Amino acid sequence: MASPNAKVPHYYKIYLYKRVVQAKLFIDVHYAESINLNSIADEAYFSKYHFIRLFKSIYGKTPHHYLTQVRINAAKQLLKKDIQVSEVCTSVGFDSATSFAVLFKKSVGLSPSAYQQQQRQRMTDIVARPLRYVPNCFVETYGWNKN
Amino acid sequence: MITKMTHMCVYVLNQDSAYDFYVNKLGFKVHTDAPMGPGARWLTVCPTDQPDLEITLFLVAEGAMFTSDTVKTMTDLIKKGTFGAAVFTCVDLQATYEELKTKGVVFKKTPTKEFYGYEALFVDDSGNWFSLSQPI
Repeated sequence: MASPNAKVPHYYKIYLYKRVVQAKLFIDVHYAESINLNSIADEAYFSKYHFIRLFKSIYGKTPHHYLTQVRINAAKQLLKKDIQVSEVCTSVGFDSATSFAVLFKKSVGLSPSAYQQQQRQRMTDIVARPLRYVPNCFVETYGWNKN
Repeated sequence: MITKMTHMCVYVLNQDSAYDFYVNKLGFKVHTDAPMGPGARWLTVCPTDQPDLEITLFLVAEGAMFTSDTVKTMTDLIKKGTFGAAVFTCVDLQATYEELKTKGVVFKKTPTKEFYGYEALFVDDSGNWFSLSQPI
């Protein structure tokens, strides 16, 4: 496994893994709160520098980058539910509407409102014409075109 | 020339439970969740970094495709852990194992070094098993 330090004993490596995983799960649960790198590192009982290095070696991205990604993904789910963009922004833990809009567009390629509009149309279309979203071989095999 | 796989099927015994397992435990993204008439639902999910592979979580239920006998046979086989559905990879197997275990995922094989890399085996909520690997 991608060991943070090949020379440390196995049991200690497992111990480190558990703490980093705990910090990742802390982000997964508390992303909507006002958490930052310090609180996440505290959760894992690491110094900030050591924590960033270990987290990145395991997850391929920094804790900050991961936290942003979790917030953007949560925002996408809320936008699909037709919740107002400003409300979504604060609900997923962003302090600033501007930084939310910039980070969202950088990650998704659309502004939050454009994404919401796109998803609204898609959801309407899925309900109205579900067969368009299923390969025809399945539709015919399972007889859904006869419903 | 075949260039890509776009869809694969995992037969599941309960789609609500499968949704929870694949989305909330494994962290997969929902691609399409569409009603297909009474008792039918087209539910596909994708691994985090593979948005163009739809894993169809297909319900084993009596209907146009399956007779009641077939449903019974398939249900028994799935529950018995007969079907190994796929191989997934991750950046760090030990970390992924620790995380999934914390979330309640059942492993048949803990992370083990093999000649081709590191591998663990886990079971979904229906009984399908998967290999989870980290290439060397």
